[in-house]
Amino acid sequence: MPTFQETVFQLKSYWAERGCVIQEPLDVEVGAGTMCPETFLRVLGPNPYRVAYVQPSRRPADGRYGENPNRLYKHMQLQVILKPSPDDIIEQYMQSLERIGIDLRKHDFKLEEDNWEAPTLGAWGIGWQVMLDGLEISQFTYFQQCGGIELDVVPVELTYGLERLVAFLQNVDSVFDIQWNETWTYRDVRFQDEQQYSVYNFEKADVVAVWKEFGLHEGEAKRLLAEFESLEEGPEKRRFPLLPAYDQVLKCSHLFNILDARGAISVSERVAVIQRVRTLAVGVAGAWMTQNQPSEVPA
Amino acid sequence: MQSAEFLLEVGVEEIPDWMIEPALADLKRRFLEALDGFNLRPGGEPVLEATPRRLVLIAEGVPVRQEDRDETITGPPRRIAFDDKGNPTKAAIGFAQRAGVAVADLQTGEGDRLAITKHVEGRATKDILSEVLPGVVAGIHFPKTMYWTGKAGPRFIRPIRWLLALLGAEVVPFEIGGVPSGNTTQGHRRLSKTSNHVMVSGWKDYEQKLRGNCVILAAQERKGRIESGAAELMATDLFHGWRVRGNARLLQTLAYLTEYPTPILGSFDSSYLSLPEEVLETVMLHHQRYFAVEEENGRLAPAFVAVSNLDGDPEGIVRRGHERVLRARFNDAQFFWRNDQKQKLSERIEKLRGVTFQAKLGTYFEKTERNAGLAAALAAAVSLPAKEAGHARRAAELAKCDLTTELVGEFPELQGVVGGLYARHQGEPEEVADAIYDHYRPAGADDRVPRTKAAQIVALADKLDTLGGFFRLGMIPSGSRDPFALRRAAFGIIRILIEGGHALAIAKLCELAGAGENREPLREFLVDRLRYYLRDVREHSYDEVNAVLSASSDVPLDAAERAQAISKVRPSPDFEPLAVSFKRIKNILEQAGGVDKFASGTVDQGLLEDEAEQQLYAAFAQVKSKVSAHKHNGDYAEALAAIASLRPAVDKFFDDVLVNAKDEKVRRNRLTFLAQLLREFSTIADFAEIVSA
Repeated sequence: MPTFQETVFQLKSYWAERGCVIQEPLDVEVGAGTMCPETFLRVLGPNPYRVAYVQPSRRPADGRYGENPNRLYKHMQLQVILKPSPDDIIEQYMQSLERIGIDLRKHDFKLEEDNWEAPTLGAWGIGWQVMLDGLEISQFTYFQQCGGIELDVVPVELTYGLERLVAFLQNVDSVFDIQWNETWTYRDVRFQDEQQYSVYNFEKADVVAVWKEFGLHEGEAKRLLAEFESLEEGPEKRRFPLLPAYDQVLKCSHLFNILDARGAISVSERVAVIQRVRTLAVGVAGAWMTQNQPSEVPA
Repeated sequence: MQSAEFLLEVGVEEIPDWMIEPALADLKRRFLEALDGFNLRPGGEPVLEATPRRLVLIAEGVPVRQEDRDETITGPPRRIAFDDKGNPTKAAIGFAQRAGVAVADLQTGEGDRLAITKHVEGRATKDILSEVLPGVVAGIHFPKTMYWTGKAGPRFIRPIRWLLALLGAEVVPFEIGGVPSGNTTQGHRRLSKTSNHVMVSGWKDYEQKLRGNCVILAAQERKGRIESGAAELMATDLFHGWRVRGNARLLQTLAYLTEYPTPILGSFDSSYLSLPEEVLETVMLHHQRYFAVEEENGRLAPAFVAVSNLDGDPEGIVRRGHERVLRARFNDAQFFWRNDQKQKLSERIEKLRGVTFQAKLGTYFEKTERNAGLAAALAAAVSLPAKEAGHARRAAELAKCDLTTELVGEFPELQGVVGGLYARHQGEPEEVADAIYDHYRPAGADDRVPRTKAAQIVALADKLDTLGGFFRLGMIPSGSRDPFALRRAAFGIIRILIEGGHALAIAKLCELAGAGENREPLREFLVDRLRYYLRDVREHSYDEVNAVLSASSDVPLDAAERAQAISKVRPSPDFEPLAVSFKRIKNILEQAGGVDKFASGTVDQGLLEDEAEQQLYAAFAQVKSKVSAHKHNGDYAEALAAIASLRPAVDKFFDDVLVNAKDEKVRRNRLTFLAQLLREFSTIADFAEIVSA
């Protein structure tokens, strides 16, 4: 029976063998692996890229104090981006499952329509949820748009829900019973994390302070984007800190999620705040395209 | 002409199940149209088949070449083409050159023009197919498409990965998005004997090779395999008396989610049966795509049938997997159910302040207040007894509270149902619980309307408020766009009014709805749904519907009864001829300045000169009192029969009497008489709208 970490090792080496950069997680809170610059910015433009990383993804409202066997405030996603998508990508994906010990001749494998959309990122794609014996284990998406920009080189995004997948492999009913390695369980490693962040997100987060933080990060992102906009093409513009600006956007997104979990966002505010974050994300994506595609001088 | 079989398989990554059949129909249409453009027709209807990974068209008897044909090209008139001396002019020489013949070969065709008839050889069908197939395939309509080779590349539902195209034994060469056509197919993703492409030589061979590689091509056969497999699972002693709860829609879905379906029987702990059946069935059917199993007495059994895309499950691996997932789902539901009981529905009303209905229409708290007010007004309008009216009002107050429960958060499709179940569980009166349970109904044309009067009132109030709100904002559906399902809401209102037997007027509803300036568009919208109901649900012919609605469209229940009466009386021999006469009367009046101009006058009996005229007047007076008595009793069929009995008198009138008499007074009197007759007898139906056979 493979442990949690062994499964992660296997998947990482599988994708490393297929030319992926094995990245480490982003050190800013995100709600999904897609939001990391390694996906969000890398899928823009014509340059090929292949990357795989485990991203701890935080969704404050999904927390259940560690008391629900299947619901987590923070879950681990293995995120794989192949740009452009290879023709045999479904076969490659299936073989990755076989690598971690799933014999697909003995399991019910289905691809069911599920198109993905992230309004705060101005991103959407076409794809499926991958069902294994009735369990959704992955999201499979051909990106069509990101940061409001249509993608000419179509990347594929594979997202493995690691807790679900390993609970399935280990045949346990609660993710907390997963063996992380031979000695420690998922509960040993993560229970307090789940409990304390649930307490914070639902009970303790200081709404006024978090709103203030949101404003500060939004202001910083806006300031940077405006400055970038005002710069003439040149070395200054090419080394301009858009990645730090994007960090600010991610901060806003996460703070929004905390406020939402805390019940601090009224219905009328909700749509407007999502729109504010989206404006920033789309702004960074556009700026990134400008920075990385030097405008051609007409002959 | 020699003909051959044409086989086309479009190999695609998994196509959403519900899009497959429409795509096949479109493929066939486009294929036949394309061939028709070249005067080519297959021997019979093409056969269509599909699995999630392939769209297949087989056409037999496709001519391998177009027929040769003679083509006549017409040129300039002979008098311009040759000069006085009979020598060819520039016009003749130019025409001969363009047509590719010598001047000497030019003939004279119609109208003394030069002409040349050329024998055109038919082209090979294979070449034509090569040309048209990329467009035929890539143009198939899908509700949502993607590109995968870049923005300039093809758009399709999912990437196309292989193309098989054979005319007889030959490959029809073409290419879509860099994929060339060939003579190979692929088997099941994992059960196939080979991971390589499989070469095929024609339809029979193709079907057999697919079967040999664990793909059942025909959806009908896959359905049969699912049904018989499930029945077999039930046939063991252990499950004696149990049966699978059939579901045609789920069967269709599963047939298009699998290439080699095999049903698997799983079970769950019977302690979960303490959850309501609605919840258990929603989880199994909608979330997990399992068939529910029921005991002999019709109650849910602790078992399910999953359909795998495999040839079997000898070790029980797949069964255990599905059981585990279902267990987790049921655990969730149980957890939510228990948690939700901590707060009663009535204690959740305040929470609705935090749930948006629509940005500009406020929260569900506000909607609830409006719904409750509307429910009271509607209950009064239909004179609902006080007790039932009280139930309706209470149900309207609680109806939206389940939106704040965790169970509805998890299973949004159970909104209303969960509220009803909780209300019963929490001791609300049965009638209130039922009204909450049913208030979103009817969900569609196949769904039933709410069961009790109180429930119907709550459902009407909810839909009416929604319609009124969106219309007030000017968010009126147009074309096929109707994101807020307003047509469904309006259709639901019409159905409840008619099938629930409520003689409410559309004008009254519009007055209550709060549509602001858009009251009239809302009225038209509801009448439009009434028209649709009478035509498509009640299956009245369009002229009957026009006749009924043209008389009056305000009370849907009444309109439905009148339409039914017309359908009943229409076959009688007097009906359609009388309709023709009424149309004649209407035309005469319109030529004379309109019905309204005369209808209000009084008929001077002394001016009725002719005998036929006097007879008709007497018949009119007699029939009029009969009709009004029948109408008063709500017996429209008898009333119509009475009107139809006027036919001989009307016929005689038109035979003997000249309406446009020379004497202006007489003429005016006649027109007045006819206008009153028309008006009087057009309240059930406007006969002038009836189109006679």
